[in-house]
Amino acid sequence: MALDSLEEIVRAAESRGTEFWQVVLETDCEERQVTAQASREKMGGMWRAMLESVEQYEAQRRSVSGLVGGDGAKMRDWAASGKALSGGYMQEVIATALCVGESNACMRRIVAAPTAGACGVLPAVLVPLWRSGEADEESLLRALYVSAGIGAVVSRRACIAGAAGGCQAEIGTASAMAAGALVSLRGGTPEQIAHAAAMALKNLLGLICDPVAGLVEVPCVKRNVVGAVNAVSCADMALAGIQSRVPPDQVIDCMGDVGCRLPVEFRETALGGLAATPFGQSVRERMHAGSE
Amino acid sequence: MLDIFDILGPVMVGPSSSHTAGAVRIGRMARVLLGAAPVQADIGLYGSFAETGQGHGTDRALAAGLLGMRPDDLDIPRSLELARERGLSVTFRTVRLREAHPNTALIRAEAADGRRIELQAASTGGGRIRVDRLNGVDVNFTGAFHTLIVRHQDRAGKVADVTRELSNARVNIANMSLCRSRRGGDALMVIETDQPVPPVARLLIGELPGIRSLTYYQREED
Ligand code: SF4
Repeated sequence: MALDSLEEIVRAAESRGTEFWQVVLETDCEERQVTAQASREKMGGMWRAMLESVEQYEAQRRSVSGLVGGDGAKMRDWAASGKALSGGYMQEVIATALCVGESNACMRRIVAAPTAGACGVLPAVLVPLWRSGEADEESLLRALYVSAGIGAVVSRRACIAGAAGGCQAEIGTASAMAAGALVSLRGGTPEQIAHAAAMALKNLLGLICDPVAGLVEVPCVKRNVVGAVNAVSCADMALAGIQSRVPPDQVIDCMGDVGCRLPVEFRETALGGLAATPFGQSVRERMHAGSE
Repeated sequence: MLDIFDILGPVMVGPSSSHTAGAVRIGRMARVLLGAAPVQADIGLYGSFAETGQGHGTDRALAAGLLGMRPDDLDIPRSLELARERGLSVTFRTVRLREAHPNTALIRAEAADGRRIELQAASTGGGRIRVDRLNGVDVNFTGAFHTLIVRHQDRAGKVADVTRELSNARVNIANMSLCRSRRGGDALMVIETDQPVPPVARLLIGELPGIRSLTYYQREED
């Protein structure tokens, strides 16, 4: 089946008595003409690369502009002090999102999910559960299929690039993917997965793409945190039985529509938003001066 | 074609799937189509590649691809030094192009034996690329399929000759385009296939009358 509607995936899973992740896996096998084993091996590779992107973090690295680096370590230290407001899991989620986002800005290896700019969201919610032993590899791979399925639907119905639909399309989609993955990890139903994704996307609707000096640094790294934290809360809501009042596919269509209508200044051109602040412009000038 | 690993993936060196990963793939495509290690490359950057390319490492990514690296190679940030060590001289400049995709590179590369290539390609998002011009002729292929590029004389029956060989080799054509410079002159056939084109079939096609050259790109898994 084509992955172009969350409702269809949910219906297919329920009528066949299978799970959301299985529908996505089967579709991948059909589309790419590969065996289930080959598909799972490839997904395993993605998971290991994701894990590595967290483990290889080095606090002393800095990005080209010098604006990004070291914040993941700061957050870890604050968590270790015992004074953080958020609980153990959430502290790790925040720190991991920062670490992976920073590594990306520093030209380290990451897994685009769905894009490089949003690469911290999914590992931020998944890796802490793996480290604490709350999730095993099999359930994590299933969760990754769920997230890929959600991302595929968004990319079909709307868009996943900041240049096309603003940050709601990147961080918003990543957040929806992560929310669905978490619901799957906790044994939620296909319907709950769809609603978690929809709520995550709704909460970030309208978010503009305004990278300072056009670099995937500011505000990108910290937006990975908001995408991850939002995913956790939406997954918990969905697991509690709370639903998105607006049907999930309609939320996705709406995101695409809002994206198309965003002025071009707010779509990765670095002409509006934070990029257009006096600070943003000064960074841009400094970068230009440096390249001449 | 939908590939869920375009959504979850690729594994790549940051910071930008379009400005870094896509740029590596463009450079690598140029190397593969050249069919040899380039010793000299002149790279024109257009649009956002020229605007924010430096901060995204687009220059280093393109050079890395020309050196044969893939998007997940941790040496990408060092590629300009590596190019010097390995005897590849690269120059960059800003170019103006008409109606090009905002993330476009124009690469002129030359191998030690004098072979040359001129390739204009765009990074279309999520690390995907599209080749728009090859040696002065408009084309349209992405590297998502095995791709056969045949330069031939513009004469009746050439397409049938080539596709017959593919059919004999049980290779199914996914997409195909044909373009010529002028009537009776040079023409270019670009054929994207589902199955890899076996070496024998390529040999047979290359020996057909009126075929001037043949380039093959085998799809890469990463
Ligand atoms: S602000 Fe733009 S570049 Fe940065 S993460 Fe969001 S969509 Fe990506």
